Amino acid sequence: MALNPPLRPEYEVSLPPLLDLPVERELSRAQRLWQQGWLRKSLILLVLAVIWEIAARYQNNDLLLPGFVQVSHALVEGIISGELLSKVAISLNVLVKGYLLGIVLAFVMTSLAVSTQLGRDLLSTLTAMFNPLPAIALLPLSLLWFGLGEASLLFVLVHSVVWSLALNTYAGFQGVSETQRMVGRNYGLRGLRFVWLILIPAALPSIVSGLKIGWAFAWRTLIAAELVFGASSGKGGLGWYIFQNRNELYTDKVFAGLVVVILIGLLVENLIFSLIERHTLKRWGMQR
Amino acid sequence: MSTSTPLQPLLQVQKVTLEYQTTQHIVRATHEVSFEVDPGDRFVLLGPSGCGKSTLLKAVAGFIRPREGQIVLDGQLVHEPGPDRVVVFQEFDQLLPWKTVKQNVMFSLLASRTLGKREAEQRALHYLDKVGLSKFVDAYPHTLSGGMKARVAIARALAMQPKILLMDEPFAALDALTRRKMQEELLQLWDEVKFTLLFVTHSIEEALVVGNRILLLSPHPGRVRAEINSHAFDLHSQQGAAFQQTARRIHRLLFEEGAVEVPAAENEPAAPVSSHPQKRIA
Repeated sequence: MALNPPLRPEYEVSLPPLLDLPVERELSRAQRLWQQGWLRKSLILLVLAVIWEIAARYQNNDLLLPGFVQVSHALVEGIISGELLSKVAISLNVLVKGYLLGIVLAFVMTSLAVSTQLGRDLLSTLTAMFNPLPAIALLPLSLLWFGLGEASLLFVLVHSVVWSLALNTYAGFQGVSETQRMVGRNYGLRGLRFVWLILIPAALPSIVSGLKIGWAFAWRTLIAAELVFGASSGKGGLGWYIFQNRNELYTDKVFAGLVVVILIGLLVENLIFSLIERHTLKRWGMQR
Repeated sequence: MSTSTPLQPLLQVQKVTLEYQTTQHIVRATHEVSFEVDPGDRFVLLGPSGCGKSTLLKAVAGFIRPREGQIVLDGQLVHEPGPDRVVVFQEFDQLLPWKTVKQNVMFSLLASRTLGKREAEQRALHYLDKVGLSKFVDAYPHTLSGGMKARVAIARALAMQPKILLMDEPFAALDALTRRKMQEELLQLWDEVKFTLLFVTHSIEEALVVGNRILLLSPHPGRVRAEINSHAFDLHSQQGAAFQQTARRIHRLLFEEGAVEVPAAENEPAAPVSSHPQKRIA
């Protein structure tokens, strides 16, 4: 027997306005707190610190693994004496220079790549060749060419930033939708104005992630380079601080140096980059 | 019927053959298509998918160069995209997500260096008011509904005060109710502003409602099948007998007597189809 639903009576409801029912409700205090990213992340850091301290107490060997409390003391001392901060200033100074130089170079290369076929080929060949090459492997050569100075560090820093950023930026440009390109061209945009007003904002998610990767690579390369290079020059940054204190078996200071490296990384990620993201990508609905 | 045309046609598409390239083939999208659009026309390109109607619109916009033939707008040969022919696309991402509604409308005026910042803002607000979005000028596109995005795109195009407005299935991605509302609003806007419109669609009903003249294209490659007047129809005549009859006639022209036998067009009983001069150079 085929299904034969019964004919049911129709009905209409007249809807009175809902006056007493609130349309919005507030989240509870706990829920609102949990929405705060920095709070959740701080909690994670706190848990990690506690685990570290427990492991150190269990190990009970200052030379191999100083605890969280001891390292914090060394850190505070280093900061108060100004030694650590001056090392940080030296490192950051070189780092920012190399990073900016890398960014400029990457943008020149990608702009070339979007405008000419030869530029495209150049970029793809160069990135394929040099992106896998660790920047630190170029340090001996760089020292030979530029001597024991800032120029050598800048050379390896630029190398560590430029390829990953160029690759990401170019991939972002490639991903810009045909419609948006046509909108730009429709209003007569071309050349650099087209890159600046259409391609860069439309590709910003990839560019920001390229900037992040470039930053991490640069930071890593700099510390590694200083471990080698600072040892021979006598005037070094944070990497040199770590290296020197390891030689003198101040393990807590080694840890303090590492903690500073980590802290700067966290600060840049959570303050600078997340600020950029909040004011651009999230606001524009390009990122959740 | 074009009894008297004292006006110079605004847009002349003359024997335009368009081709596009895939990795393996060169595909002919349209073959020697000719038509003319008068100032104030709401001219519709109608045909099934594969008839090259969108490609034709992009050629008028200047994004694609004709393989043969030429496109003349207001006495000038079209050879590149320009702000005198503004396109409203189907895709929602035609609005730039990094700009607010107002900035999106201003963008067209500023990017094309038509107006200074202050005048651009005034004109943007004027046209946003016309499409009923005054309350949303500072919203970002991702917070808007599909219909609102389409309205912003239309406001942005109209703010340019282009010689001709090109619309590429602008309402195809909207739901049926919103689409109907948008068609109604578009006609109201036309009544107020009196722009010239070239409109691409694959919906016979939409063509009859929106257009005053319809060019029928047959597929693979696109060739002109007929030109039909539809000035008499609007949203309220959809149930009428004349509307239904014209819709059936278009359907027959497009789908039943296929493009295989082009000369059959002369056997058409339907009255004044001025059989367009589509001579074939063989």
